[in-house]
Amino acid sequence: MPQQHGQVLTAECVSKLYRRGSEQVAALNDVSLTVNRGEILACVGPSGSGKTTLLNILGCLENPTSGRVKVYEQIIVDEKKRLSEWALTKIRRQVFGYIFQKFYLIPTLTVSENVMLPFVFYRKHDAPADVDSILRFVGIEHRKYHLPVQLSGGEMQRVAIARALVNKPSVLLADEPTGSLDSTRTEEIGELFKQLCRTEGIAIVLVTHNLHFAQIADRIIELRDGKLSRPS
Amino acid sequence: MTIVHIACKNLLRKKVRSLLTMFGIALSAWVLISLFGFNAGYESSLNRDIDSLGYQVLVTAKGCPYEAATLMLKGGTGLRYMPQRIADAIAQESEVEAVTAMLMHTVFDPNKGESGGYSAYLGVDPTTFPKMKPFMEFMHGGWFTQPDALEAVLGYEAAELEQREVGDLLLITEKNIEVKVVGVLKRTGTQDDGTIFLPLRTVQQIFGVTDVLTGIGVKLKHEADITRFEEKMYRLPDVQVVTMSQVKQTIMTLVTTAKVIVLSIALIAVLISMTGVMNTVLMSVMERRQELGILKALGATSLDIFMLIWLETFVLCVLGSCFGAVVAVTTSALTDMLVRNILPYAPRGGLMQISMPLVVMTVGTVTGIGLVSGIYPSWQAGRVRPLDAIRSQEE
Repeated sequence: MPQQHGQVLTAECVSKLYRRGSEQVAALNDVSLTVNRGEILACVGPSGSGKTTLLNILGCLENPTSGRVKVYEQIIVDEKKRLSEWALTKIRRQVFGYIFQKFYLIPTLTVSENVMLPFVFYRKHDAPADVDSILRFVGIEHRKYHLPVQLSGGEMQRVAIARALVNKPSVLLADEPTGSLDSTRTEEIGELFKQLCRTEGIAIVLVTHNLHFAQIADRIIELRDGKLSRPS
Repeated sequence: MTIVHIACKNLLRKKVRSLLTMFGIALSAWVLISLFGFNAGYESSLNRDIDSLGYQVLVTAKGCPYEAATLMLKGGTGLRYMPQRIADAIAQESEVEAVTAMLMHTVFDPNKGESGGYSAYLGVDPTTFPKMKPFMEFMHGGWFTQPDALEAVLGYEAAELEQREVGDLLLITEKNIEVKVVGVLKRTGTQDDGTIFLPLRTVQQIFGVTDVLTGIGVKLKHEADITRFEEKMYRLPDVQVVTMSQVKQTIMTLVTTAKVIVLSIALIAVLISMTGVMNTVLMSVMERRQELGILKALGATSLDIFMLIWLETFVLCVLGSCFGAVVAVTTSALTDMLVRNILPYAPRGGLMQISMPLVVMTVGTVTGIGLVSGIYPSWQAGRVRPLDAIRSQEE
């Protein structure tokens, strides 16, 4: 599925409605955007503006109520079609790497085991070499046998990034990746993201409150009340 | 790293909970193995006891069949006497290969134990009895020199209890008569070990009960129809016939009743431990919903998650049941001793017979039931949607 050039992700007129009691709330309202290969797209906006919902829909973790989402040229969901859970799992494996604000590392597994996790499910055999090179890339190789509880916040986020990169994704989706980090670590992560785009050609969609951090992006979009207030 | 590795690490996360669940499973396996081991051991020891009687049919004077069965297996005084001529009549039957006449008598011995006790003397025919029990071997001495000699042959345990050796005298208290010990038998593992044998005629003379018997052991020819022979015996006045199979059946009926109750308790124990397994795994799934959601976001399929949780159940059940099996095997001697003290009648030899197929079958069954109880939590885990799971613990 991954291709060398062009649009990686496309969202067309995407809306997402939630029911809160008898009331219907629009988390996203008619949002359209594209993400290109090798670019960083930052999504900013106040809390509850729909940033995370947009990220989840783009990452095939959630279905929109209406609209169309395409990964490369494949339609993931539109009015007529919705892919099966198995097909979505396959796309998640092949295309996406996810980074969450709270890292979500498995506490019982060491750093290298956490990074290796996606391989367990893909049943790939060349995992250890890949893991070592990625740990080196994110600068955490010396901590490979440590448990998450022994790491600092910045180190944990690097592990989470390594885990997201291990299956060589074409799109990295990062939800508040620096939310738990100090300014120095935030800078480091920003540099790492830019390096990934340059060297690997990975497209990065990041959701952040931190406008300073958002400056690393090639494009910034702003969401307010589920609508794009600054067009992409 | 494999999915098994992850499953094992997950189980180590809550060590006490995993250990307690394993303990429950071990308990079920232990109870089941001990119960089935007892069943097999009891039956085989009972068979061995009955086979070593040397005769297939015991003819006694009419009385309670249960007491007759006890008399046949454990020895003891007969309730009633029957005329000695019946033995000659039975010997004439075409199905009969050999008969041996027996007269048992007990006397109270005030010097036995702390408050006295009964000593039993079995009068046997020195010409027919040894032929019917060819497996009996002497440790010292031999059989009686005369059919009416004042002599005794002691079973292995009787000799130890009475503290007598060949050449010693043995006092029959009530009658104040001494008999000379002429032989001590080797251990046979049967009730004969605790018996004091005297010549039949000597017992009749000492206790003044001439021409009567308490039992006649009958060995039938191989081709004989035992049921037909039994019917013939019932035509004789005042006798009852106890066949080996009847004795087995009578005792096994009593034992089976107890066994059914114990088996029911064991099944309840298995059910409880399996509910424990389901509860533990389900609780673990609930606690790790977010983590399972992350695994799905990382590319795990529903089947992967199902297998991960099911593997955890499998590891718990296999380790628990193996541990239970080890405990059952290592404590079998202790269980044997405890059960023997509880049972009203226990045959000689081991009551517990734990074989490898029994262990494998029980471990397999317990693991199988455990796996079935793990299906629901695993299915629940497999159904977790990545985002719902992540959100559920953020809220």
